[in-house]
Amino acid sequence: MSDLLQFLLSGLTVGAVYALLALGFTIIFNASGVVNFAQGEFVMLGGMATAFGIAAGLPVPLAALLAILGTAALGVALNALAIAPARGAPVVSLIIITIGAAIFLQGAAGLLFDKQIHRYPGFSGEAALRILGATILPQSLWVIAGATLTFALLWLFFSRTLTGKAVLATANNPLAASLVGINTRAIMALSFGLSAAIGAVAGLLVTPITMTAYNTGVALALSGFAAAMLGGLGSPLGALVGGLLLGVLEALTAGYVSSQYKDAVSFILIILVLTFLPQGLLGRKSTDRV
Amino acid sequence: MLSVEGLRSRYGRIEVLHGIDIEIASGEIVCLLGANGAGKTTLLRCLSGVQPVAAGKITFRGENIVPLPAHRRLSRGLAQSPEGRQIFANLTVEENLRLGAWLYADDRVQRDMDDAFALFPVLKQKRALAAGGLSGGQQQMLAIARALMGRPTCLLLDEPSMGLAPIIVDQIFDVVRQMKALGLTVLLVEQNAFGALRIADRGYVLETGNVVLSGPAHELIESPRIREAYLGL
Repeated sequence: MSDLLQFLLSGLTVGAVYALLALGFTIIFNASGVVNFAQGEFVMLGGMATAFGIAAGLPVPLAALLAILGTAALGVALNALAIAPARGAPVVSLIIITIGAAIFLQGAAGLLFDKQIHRYPGFSGEAALRILGATILPQSLWVIAGATLTFALLWLFFSRTLTGKAVLATANNPLAASLVGINTRAIMALSFGLSAAIGAVAGLLVTPITMTAYNTGVALALSGFAAAMLGGLGSPLGALVGGLLLGVLEALTAGYVSSQYKDAVSFILIILVLTFLPQGLLGRKSTDRV
Repeated sequence: MLSVEGLRSRYGRIEVLHGIDIEIASGEIVCLLGANGAGKTTLLRCLSGVQPVAAGKITFRGENIVPLPAHRRLSRGLAQSPEGRQIFANLTVEENLRLGAWLYADDRVQRDMDDAFALFPVLKQKRALAAGGLSGGQQQMLAIARALMGRPTCLLLDEPSMGLAPIIVDQIFDVVRQMKALGLTVLLVEQNAFGALRIADRGYVLETGNVVLSGPAHELIESPRIREAYLGL
C-alpha cells in the first residue's frame, strides 16, 4: 500500500511537469496549428537559467523571475524570427522549423551555459516528508502547487479576460478575429511568450528533483507531446489530465515492472493514442456548421 | 465615403480583379451583384485588408487605407460581416458580440449589445450558448450584430442571404434597411439580385473581375441584361 502511494506521489510530481509541458503545446497549437517541438527547450532553459542565476549569487525568487522573463522573451523571438516569417507555409514545414529551433536552442545553451549537469537546493529544504509510510520531497509539493496555480491562472485568463477571449477567438477563426480588429500577429506572439513562460516555470520548479543539463529538452518535449496527445491536443483540461495520467503510468511502470521501461511508456502511449483515439481523451471533434 | 480606383488583386499569378472603380456616398446602400467567381468576395476582402491589393487605391473618408493592416481598418469605421458568417463557434453568442467591440472598453459597449439584442431578439435568448450551435440564420444575425458592435460608419455585408430560408432573408434585408435609417453606409454583396436591388440605392454588376454595369437600383432592376442574367425573367 505504501509502495503504491509512493509511486502515485512521484507520478503526480512528474505528471505535473508533463501537464505544464502539454499546456505549452496546447497554447501554441491552438494559436497557430503548430506542434512546437522546442517546448522542451523552454523547460531546460528555465532550469538552467535559474541554476546559473543562483550560482551567480542572485536570490532564488529573482533568479526564477529572470529565468521566466528571459525564456518568455525567447519564445516571442522564436515566433518573430522563425515562425512568423514562414506564415502561409504548410504546417508540417512549421513543425520542422520548431525541431530546428529546438536543436539550435540546445546547442546555444551548451555553448552559453555549459555541458555540465546542474541543480540547486529545493526551495523549502531537502528533508523528505513522510505521508502514510511514503516519502515526498518538499520540492514535489512546490511542483504540484506551481502547476495547480499555473493552470488556475490560465483558466482565469481564458475565461475572464477579453484578451483571453481574443486568443480563443484567434485560434477559432483567425480571419474573423482580424475583422473585429484583433491584431492576430500580436496574439501569436503572446501565445509563444506564454507557452515559453509556462515551460520555464515547469523547469525551474522541477530542477532540484530531476537536475538539468543543456540536452534534457528533447526527452521532455516528447513526453509532453505524448501527454498532450493523450489528453487531446488543443484542450487545456486535456493537457492536465494527459500529463498527470502519463506521469502516474510512468511511475507505476517504473515501480512494478522496471525503471528501464519507464521511458517506453510515452512512446507506446503515442502509438496507441494515434491508432485508437486520435482525438485524445478530452479532445473534441470539430463540429462547425456550414 | 468609400472610393475604389483601379483596384487589382490576384491569387498567386492569376489576376481576379482587373481594375475595379466603385464609389459609395455616405448613407447609401450600394449592392454588388454578380455570379459565382465574379470577384465580389475578393473585392470585399481587399476592402477589409485580408486580401493583398496588387494595384489601385482604396480611399475611405479621405484616407488611402491600402497600407493599413486588417485589424486597423475597423478603427477607421469600416466593418465587414464576412461570407460564410465566420463566427467564433467555440465562444458564446455574448462573447462573440463582446469581441466585436474588441477595440472598445467603455460604457457604450453594453448599450450597443442591448441594441444588437433589440435588433435580433433571438440572439438575446441564446446569449449564453456556444455560437457554433446556432442555426444558419441565427449565425448570420450574429455575424451582422458582431460587425455592428465595432461601431462602423460603413458596413460591408457579404452574402447575408446565402443558404437561408426566405423568411429569414426578409428579416435580414429589413435590418439592412433599418441600418440606412440609422445613417449607416452599406455595401451589400448578393447573389439574390432581386432582394438586394429592392433595398439598395445603387448597384454595380461584376463579371469576371470587371464592373460591367452600374446605375440606380430602380434602373438596374428594369435592365434587360440584369433581368435575364440575374433575375431569371
